[in-house]
Amino acid sequence: MNVLKNDPLVLPPLLSDAANSESALKKFLNGLAGVDKVGVEERVAKLGTRSIKTTAKAEGIDLAIRMIDLTTLEGMDTKGKIKTLCAKARRPDPQDPNVPSVAAVCVYSDLVSIAKENLSGTTIKVAAVATGFPAGRVSLAAKLQDTSDAVSQGADEIDMVIDRGAFHEGRFLDIYDQIQSIKQVCKSAHLKVILETGELKTYDNVKKASWIAMLAGADFIKTSTGKVQPAATLPVTLVMLQAIRDFEMATHRRIGMKPAGGIKTTKDAMKYLVVLKETLGDKWMNPDMFRFGASSLLNDLLMQRQKMKNGAYSGPDYVTVD
Amino acid sequence: MSNLDVKRTAKLFIGGAFPRSESGRTYEIFDKNKKFVANVALASRKDARDCVVAARSAFTKWSEATAYNRAQVMYRVSEIMQGRREQFIEELSYWTKSKKEAEKEVDEAINRMVWFAGWSDKLAMVTGSNNPVAGSFFNFSVPEPTGVVATIAPEKSPLLGLVETIASAIVSGNSVIVIASETQPLAAVSLAEVLATSDVPAGVVNILTGSYKEIAPWLASHQDVNALDLTGVDKKSIAQELENQAAINLKRVLRPNTKLDGLTRIKTFLETKTVWHPRGF
Repeated sequence: MNVLKNDPLVLPPLLSDAANSESALKKFLNGLAGVDKVGVEERVAKLGTRSIKTTAKAEGIDLAIRMIDLTTLEGMDTKGKIKTLCAKARRPDPQDPNVPSVAAVCVYSDLVSIAKENLSGTTIKVAAVATGFPAGRVSLAAKLQDTSDAVSQGADEIDMVIDRGAFHEGRFLDIYDQIQSIKQVCKSAHLKVILETGELKTYDNVKKASWIAMLAGADFIKTSTGKVQPAATLPVTLVMLQAIRDFEMATHRRIGMKPAGGIKTTKDAMKYLVVLKETLGDKWMNPDMFRFGASSLLNDLLMQRQKMKNGAYSGPDYVTVD
Repeated sequence: MSNLDVKRTAKLFIGGAFPRSESGRTYEIFDKNKKFVANVALASRKDARDCVVAARSAFTKWSEATAYNRAQVMYRVSEIMQGRREQFIEELSYWTKSKKEAEKEVDEAINRMVWFAGWSDKLAMVTGSNNPVAGSFFNFSVPEPTGVVATIAPEKSPLLGLVETIASAIVSGNSVIVIASETQPLAAVSLAEVLATSDVPAGVVNILTGSYKEIAPWLASHQDVNALDLTGVDKKSIAQELENQAAINLKRVLRPNTKLDGLTRIKTFLETKTVWHPRGF
């Protein structure tokens, strides 16, 4: 566990003043160095070509499985669906008890108690999306209520969305204040802040939003809800990881990262792990600091794992249906 | 200004696209006089795996298309083959003794495509049945496609043999991955271009060029392949080994040198679904 996680956030003087007023925050964010778009995209393209094979791949697959937030966020989710999801989270491959459990299941806030029940006796966390997910277009009171509902049902982690409308209007302090209020309601639950990078449009915006979230006390920053295209991409993830690195250098506080949405294959997952390792290093190479928000990724990882074990390519008939 | 001599790059056909081999490899092919003809993509096991993914995702839609629709699409394939007749003849002539022999193979291949197309909406009548039962039920048996079929096409019949292996699998709704003739693959590359422009949904037919000895074992052991057509395997020991691999997930196997009469080829890639239906409503 990262011991720094639950310490109260104490910022060094320069940063603690950053959010004193709307104008101070704007000044601070505009003072951040711009993102080199071409450089970022070239960097991830290069890292993406790195070849991960044999034992490294086997370890990467198991690590990726342990990092998954197994997610179902559909309007049609039922108690039965959550039950099967939890069973899969505990033992992803019924044929092979050596497959590790995933990090967490991620559900809508009203289903937290069902998930909690079905995961009792395990270390698998329950994450709840709250604050009017996915659009976040509800009043602050409703957001706080949504969050405290999830927390009171036992959610270990809260995935909140930021107000993208406020971001585009330049009301950065409103976003900051909202995150802080939600953080207070979370109590001991970890707070992941979803930036919805697909709606932020530019890398510079992603960087700014990352800083707002981290300054306001986020434990994790997360790319997307999965409901907007594009969802997680490698370049956006790199920009956020670099923001996390800069934040750590300034504050000695480690923020976690969660790319979510659109990561479907083992190859994708390996690329993310390479970018993570090259940007933040070994301290982040564990489920406490990095998560994949995904559902179909797990089956692809299991099929690759079976392939490495049996020597023959596996197929969707040999993994459970989501 | 003189015209450019634009040479065609012979590529693979995977999921409706024409990629080079993922491995970047190519190999040279030579005509009957040992003269260089072309560089052709040398498929790797990763290409074969990509084919399986493409074939699997194409299967649902193709198998659920109506038999009438599948027949129309296959007839359309033969129409476009007809339009490209001269090109096929030229490509076969590199290896045939005479131009006449090439013409004969092309015409037969076109006819064969039409013949198989015609079977699409008749299969259910011939292979299905209405079964007698001792109770107040209806009981039907209907043919269903088996799924993804991996095929090794004959080496010495680069168009007719290829058309036959493909058509016999897709007519009932299967999707197919075919390893074309290794030494005479040009007609297969052209057939891929025909298929891409004739309403065959992407991924229903995937064509690989290269060595079946290298690729076929990966398809034979692949758990997401449902049937294996060994028509083009010329060595008994290899056929035996592939059949052993295929047994892991009980693939249907068509052995080389099988005596093929009537519908044997089509029937090999069929499952039978039997339905009990309560009488009275």
